[in-house]
Amino acid sequence: MRLDLQGLAARHATARREAADALTGLSFGVEQGEALAVIGPSGAGKTTLVEVLACARPPSSGALQVDGADPWCLPRRALQRLRGRLILVPQVPPLPPRQRVVTAVLAGRLPAWNLATSLRSLFYPVDIPAADEALEVFELGDKLFERVDRLSGGERQRVGLARALVSPARLWLVDEPLSALDPARAQRAAAALVREARRRGVTLVATLHQVDAALAHFPRILGLREGRLMFDLPAEQVSPQLLQSLYAQHEDELRGAPTPPADVPIAPPPPVVMQCR
Amino acid sequence: MPVTAAAAARRDPAWLGRLGWMVAALVLLWPLLVATEFRPWSLFDAEAARVTGRFIASFVPPAHSSEFLWLVARETWRTVAMATAGITLALLLAVPLALLAARALSISAVMGRMAPLPFALRQAVRIVLIVLRSVPELVWALAFVRVVGLGPAAGVLAIALTYGGMLGKVYAEILDSGELQVTQTLLRNGASRLQAFAYGLLPQNAAELTSYTVYRWECAIRSSVVLGFVGAGGLGQQLDSSLKMFAGGEVITVLAVFVALVALADRLSAALRKALG
Repeated sequence: MRLDLQGLAARHATARREAADALTGLSFGVEQGEALAVIGPSGAGKTTLVEVLACARPPSSGALQVDGADPWCLPRRALQRLRGRLILVPQVPPLPPRQRVVTAVLAGRLPAWNLATSLRSLFYPVDIPAADEALEVFELGDKLFERVDRLSGGERQRVGLARALVSPARLWLVDEPLSALDPARAQRAAAALVREARRRGVTLVATLHQVDAALAHFPRILGLREGRLMFDLPAEQVSPQLLQSLYAQHEDELRGAPTPPADVPIAPPPPVVMQCR
Repeated sequence: MPVTAAAAARRDPAWLGRLGWMVAALVLLWPLLVATEFRPWSLFDAEAARVTGRFIASFVPPAHSSEFLWLVARETWRTVAMATAGITLALLLAVPLALLAARALSISAVMGRMAPLPFALRQAVRIVLIVLRSVPELVWALAFVRVVGLGPAAGVLAIALTYGGMLGKVYAEILDSGELQVTQTLLRNGASRLQAFAYGLLPQNAAELTSYTVYRWECAIRSSVVLGFVGAGGLGQQLDSSLKMFAGGEVITVLAVFVALVALADRLSAALRKALG
């Protein structure tokens, strides 16, 4: 999928109407099949950028073109169809705790399924091999029939990524995919993500906190700071000086990304409370 | 004078207001008690006490002739059947209405403000639910007894309508009050509303929805008793005739069956919650 941004500005998801824009004056293009990483200190507007690219929210000004058309000029039904051709993987994996991993992964297929197939898949998973293959890419093949709440935070995050692999999407928008992974796993997951996107010819836009992983695996790097584009360069041209100025006053994030949370199992969900109404 | 100043400082400044509110509450309560002819001392009136004592004494021994027990068993079965059939019909009414009323499944609300047409539809569905549940089941039953004649069918229809309204309202509230991130992500990635319901909203809220439904089933058993008083059959009709004949033994047997049914519903709800949690 092709993306084209012209002077795009956007507000943060929870911002008030009169709040300042979190992104201002962004202009760049992304070609079909490209893989690019967006880096920058916390609060640079990375998540907002991904959400606007996912057509989750309209930009406050400027223009966004997806495959040469403005998504916000489409009728509502066509816009929802367009959303089925891209997938947004949020930083916190959106998984119901009592769902099984296979169901959670196959939920990525929903835009390609009609309602009958979706319901049938709840009784007997429709495409177990696809889910297994996707989990195998992120070293989770043995978790296929586990329940989501038995997984650790890092495992959940990778289940969220596996969902993108089974989806019919031609554009993957991945927000901080490595934030809950240990450094070695993060490197392997980033490599797998870029490899799979290239193999399928899918466009990949990922925001990353781990600068080293971004430079090692993504051919093109965007530096974002305070909602502005600082640089847009091939990975090999991103110099330490550029990174220094990108992360000025946030040097700790550049040196070692704030220690990733250990890959420990998350406490089981609290028991359901009975509410009498 | 320093002594009186210290004494004044030690006095609770709020007590006058507290006393005022207490007096005001009593003054307001008095006309209510008069209006409801609340005269508890008439309970201890010698004549009344004798009648009451005679009635309570007739509770022992509970009626236990095999003929009466067989009758009670048959009527119990009929009561449970009436409540279950009523709740099932209510579900057919409540589930579609709740899905229409739930804000969590609005695609336009995910992107910001809900579009005007879906908003109007949701308000209309809410009004339908209010009308359904604001007419007491007793009134529905009296109406249906005229249409379908004396018997459990009138009770089933009455329970279906009132409980359909209650279940629909509370289901919509449960769906809206939970964590919405999962459902919103599915909608944003192009899933349809019903798909997002089956893969996101339902697995997240299944335990609470189930336990509320079982609680309402318990309430339906109780209200089918009241409906029996107006000729809808079941244990209620039995209780009504026993009360009219001052057959204390029969009354206590029927009441014991109620307690057993409610305890059963309680156990069932706990077991289901455990299985789904």
